[in-house]
Amino acid sequence: MASITLDNVVKTYPDGFTAVRGVDLDIADGEFVILVGPSGCGKSTLLRMIVGLEDITEGELRIGDEVVNDKAPRDRNLAMVFQNYALYPHLTVYENIAFPLRLNKGEFTDTEIDERVRNASALLELDEHLERKPANLSGGQRQRVAMGRAIVRNAQAFLFDEPLSNLDAKLRGQMRTEIARLQRNLGTTTVYVTHDQTEAMTLGDRVAVLRRGELQQVASPRGLYEQPTNLFVAGFIGSPPMNFLPAKVEGDSLRLPTFEVPMDDRLKRAVGDRDVLIVGVRPDAFEDTDIMQETKEGLTFEVEVDVTEWLGEVLYAYVPFEASSEVNKQLEELDRDLDGESMRPQLVVALDATSQVRAGDVAELWLSPDSLYVFDPETGENLTRDEATAEKLEEEARDQRARALERAKQRREKARTQEGSAA
Amino acid sequence: MGMSTRGKVGWLIATLLVLVWSLFPVFSILMTSFKTQDGLFSGTLLPPEWTFENYAEILAPGGSAQDLFLPALRNSIGISLISTFIAVVLATFCAYAIARLDFRGKKLILTSALAVSVFPVVSIVTPLFNLWRSVGLYDTWAGLIIPYLSLTLPISIWTLSAFFRQIPWELEQAAQVDGATPFVAFRKAVVPLAAPGVFTSAIIAFFIAWNDFVYGISLTSTTAARPVPAALSFFTGASQFEEPTGAISAAAIVVTVPVVVVVLIFQRRIVSGLTQGAVKG
Ligand SMILES: Nc1ncnc2c1ncn2[C@@H]1O[C@H](COP(=O)(O)OP(=O)(O)OP(=O)(O)O)[C@@H](O)[C@H]1O
Ligand SMILES: [Mg+2]
Repeated sequence: MASITLDNVVKTYPDGFTAVRGVDLDIADGEFVILVGPSGCGKSTLLRMIVGLEDITEGELRIGDEVVNDKAPRDRNLAMVFQNYALYPHLTVYENIAFPLRLNKGEFTDTEIDERVRNASALLELDEHLERKPANLSGGQRQRVAMGRAIVRNAQAFLFDEPLSNLDAKLRGQMRTEIARLQRNLGTTTVYVTHDQTEAMTLGDRVAVLRRGELQQVASPRGLYEQPTNLFVAGFIGSPPMNFLPAKVEGDSLRLPTFEVPMDDRLKRAVGDRDVLIVGVRPDAFEDTDIMQETKEGLTFEVEVDVTEWLGEVLYAYVPFEASSEVNKQLEELDRDLDGESMRPQLVVALDATSQVRAGDVAELWLSPDSLYVFDPETGENLTRDEATAEKLEEEARDQRARALERAKQRREKARTQEGSAA
Repeated sequence: MGMSTRGKVGWLIATLLVLVWSLFPVFSILMTSFKTQDGLFSGTLLPPEWTFENYAEILAPGGSAQDLFLPALRNSIGISLISTFIAVVLATFCAYAIARLDFRGKKLILTSALAVSVFPVVSIVTPLFNLWRSVGLYDTWAGLIIPYLSLTLPISIWTLSAFFRQIPWELEQAAQVDGATPFVAFRKAVVPLAAPGVFTSAIIAFFIAWNDFVYGISLTSTTAARPVPAALSFFTGASQFEEPTGAISAAAIVVTVPVVVVVLIFQRRIVSGLTQGAVKG
């Protein structure tokens, strides 16, 4: 096990395209880091550079304390799970898992290989499939075989390239928790590429958001959600995504398409002397005043609801609005970056499922000005970001992580002593 | 997946029809090869009187057609195997390059391979006859192997490059990450998957060479290189009043057997779909 350090890593493909533009990233020993970003932002490229399948054009990659830029994949001792599993179809599940062990001739005896393969297969519940060929397995089983091949040897780190993207939603959920559990138990440094929101938010200790080959922000999931550094991260993290509204300063208040916000100190500080801004609101920041238990301080305003979707645990209401032209360009570009296809500007509002608001209604909504984000329309920078809070969130995440690792260690030790006393 | 009973019966009937259609002539020849000289004109399908004398004639020492047939058999086997081997080795390299590398003229290679293979054999056989006579390749093994390559190479290149394109080459990288050198990765992850494709095209190439008649009859004059299909036309009866039909039938059966055996042996290896399961999808 080892740390992985990327120091200003650049990748320019032979055709001249620069897919990764100077990425700095420190991955601590035992840490679970997620690489996330829209399609084509360079996630796979980065991962393939770490594992050694792609040359590093510029910069330095260290595993532990060792610079590995020029080492062949087999000398880096990393295990990778490919997006499409890349199982060896002519070998049984057993031989697939044993493959990395058999390559190091002389290092393992046959009994050692057998023991390790059986350990891995027990962990992944593959015992009854060991003699089958990959072609006859289900997607989830193939995925587990690929994982087995990765964990069977003592690799310094695991690298996953969208390992769950081929599975259906239910299986994906199952395998997600499986991977999280496995990583906690083994405590192996892990880099995990995905463009799935849920995986990014639930699996990692830290999430690195990439956009067009540049790192936007590296933070704990909560840090990304609550204190995004810019428009892109704010729009990328969260589902349904954050609403972005054009805003104009009018005296002491911010004029938005559907309502007006009187500016408090926080907002005033953020706005500074700008008069055009982009305001961000998470869909779940809104509440339906009809079903609010107590009156809370904040804004109330009426909107015309166009469409509603009742999903059981939540009700989504869509409120169209007129787009102003000043920040349209920026918002459109953001939309393209996020692979979005939003046709017309609309506000997405997530209400309590008991809300009676339905399509066509005029609804009265509540919103706290504290939940508003303000972005610079030129640079996209989050003007309401609070460094102190962000740092505190990171610290909390580190503490939680340390506790989880400690618990996993205790469990391992307990299991070992039990095994010892049983033997 | 359930097929309706009617559908099943339909398929069964269709299959039987095709089987009868294609196997009846073979069966008829097989029966003829067991007929006596008189039995040939019996007009019945089954021989009225069973005999092995036709086989003795082409195989046993002293048989009337033995000195014609056995050298031809040797020529056919040797020439077909050599041209198959050369075609498959060359086509493997070529198809690998076509499937793996991006280079100029890739399309050109494929189209010219196709163009060569559709070129009618009879139109080049006469010029080839004159050319071979002047360069000394007439009536030699090489004189047949070279034109056979022009038939077997294109088809091998096409089958193999189609096959290679389906191989999940990511496996090679996976093996390298698992700790293999590039060469070991190729040998352990790719070769086992490519093998069925190579076998398939080898069989196809072998059949093409094995079945050829036009080159065989035109570019040879003696038993030095004459292959079986050409040799059959030189069979004569034991006397001038006898038809060589029985001997020809026996020879036809003898040359069919190895083909059937080869297919049966390699049938399991040809099954495509061995690459299934490497990747999801
Ligand atoms: N071999 C290559 N040659 C040239 N450009 C490439 C090559 N491989 C990838 N690219 C380009 O590099 C960029 C990043 O590709 P990469 O595969 O890393 O994206 P990704 O973030 O993994 O996307 P996805 O989520 O779709 O897998 C893309 O724009 C792609 O077109
Ligand atoms: Mg990718």
